[in-house]
Amino acid sequence: MLLSNSLITPEVGTVFWTTLIFLIFFLVLRKFGWKPILSMIKQREEMIKGSLESAEQARKEMLKLQSDNEAIIRKARDEREDILREAREIRDKLIAEARGKANEEAEKLVEKAKTSIGKEKTKALSEIREHIANLSVEIASRLLGEELKRTGAQEKLIDDYLEEVKITGN
Amino acid sequence: MKTHYLTALLFIFLISGIYSPLKADEDKPGGHEAKEFNASEFILDHIADSHEWHILTTKEGKSVAIYLPVILYSKEKGLSVFSSKKLSHGHVHNGYRLEEEGDLKGRIVNVDETGRADEAGFPLDLSVTKAVAAMFFSALIGLWLFLSLSRSYKKTGVSHPRGMQSFLEPIILFVRDEIAIPNIGHHKYERFMPYLLSVFFFILINNIMGLIPFPPPFGANVTGNIAVTMTLALFTFVIIQFNGNRTYWRHIFATPGVPLWLLPIMIPVEIIGIIAKPFALMVRLFANITAGHIIVLSLVALVFIFKSVAVSPVSILFVLFMNSLELLVAFLQSYVFTLLSALFISLAVQEHH
Repeated sequence: MLLSNSLITPEVGTVFWTTLIFLIFFLVLRKFGWKPILSMIKQREEMIKGSLESAEQARKEMLKLQSDNEAIIRKARDEREDILREAREIRDKLIAEARGKANEEAEKLVEKAKTSIGKEKTKALSEIREHIANLSVEIASRLLGEELKRTGAQEKLIDDYLEEVKITGN
Repeated sequence: MKTHYLTALLFIFLISGIYSPLKADEDKPGGHEAKEFNASEFILDHIADSHEWHILTTKEGKSVAIYLPVILYSKEKGLSVFSSKKLSHGHVHNGYRLEEEGDLKGRIVNVDETGRADEAGFPLDLSVTKAVAAMFFSALIGLWLFLSLSRSYKKTGVSHPRGMQSFLEPIILFVRDEIAIPNIGHHKYERFMPYLLSVFFFILINNIMGLIPFPPPFGANVTGNIAVTMTLALFTFVIIQFNGNRTYWRHIFATPGVPLWLLPIMIPVEIIGIIAKPFALMVRLFANITAGHIIVLSLVALVFIFKSVAVSPVSILFVLFMNSLELLVAFLQSYVFTLLSALFISLAVQEHH
């Protein structure tokens, strides 16, 4: 059992070397190993946490934006309706106005034409009457075989006849 | 990465150059084959520390070994450093002899001219023994592993884990999230993380290195060496005492709620408690790893005990099973050591409530 005795008796040399080796292992890794590794892991964890949070926020914002968008679209649609309706009204009004004006114009023209036609007609009638008078005198003189003297009494007679003709002719 | 392998190889060659390893001993007397196989000696030789790293013994009885440096100090002769080859087979060098039999087996003693061991004084033996050499390699592997890990973190920056990170990071996170934070708490754990991680991986690497049977620097019994576990436990002990707060010390020297006349009993009990904690750490790791090595070696020894190759399938099967179990134990024991260290630290730093 002496062998086992040496098994459970710590050797000074081994204690010395273990202390040295572990101390170096520990100190070197503390400075150049664990600190950078742990800080990097922590940074990453924080980044992941931050990313998740910002993603959640972005999602919320997007939802908000979406509802905003819908509202805007709805509003735009309403506005469009309004504008279209207004435009239609204006158009109708304009057309009606234009039509009224045109009618008036046309009536005026017709009126003018009518008056000028009337004038022309009277003028033409009087010319025709004169002509007919002359013709009648001529015809009468021929028929009578003598030249009738153009006197006031005869002319008045002819005019009366013609007046009668005009009345009956109408 | 290549350069690291090269340095490791260089180191091996350096040792081999100085300490002339892998050289068969010519002066070994023959006829060893006739010697009866002694299982307990076989096992204990493998478990115990030694000044040389025995690799194999040839049929002719020549032993092939790596001879490690012997570093001795005594008042009369001062410091002397030489290869352990000079002490092989009972040779006396510079008035020192490595005892091969009896009570002092494995120890270096002072001898006088007549060859009698001087029982009175031993030289201070700071030799690089098998355990020390193996531990040195484990530490190098650990340093290489985590320094390159740290460098890879610096290179990739904050990104997803890749390569070695994805293998080692879960273990680091395990130490942080399952050992440090639950025991020590969110506010104080960061200060102890470097120690806990260092001790965890130091033990783990040594445990695993010890499980790989061959070649050196594998297969040594480092964490099953009482001096190693004692030193590690002392580190925890020192950290506990240095970080103990007022509450911790008051509980030891003036336990609240205990009558004054009981204190002469309570104080020694508390001090025993302080010592018992690292003692438990020391014994637990030592016993578990040594036991594992003993079981594996016993199963291997079955072949020699029965003197039959026919036993080897059984032996191999059982050793395979045991090695798998020991791999679990390697993780478990480094976990337990770290967990208990964290627990003891937490008891010393927790606020009074």
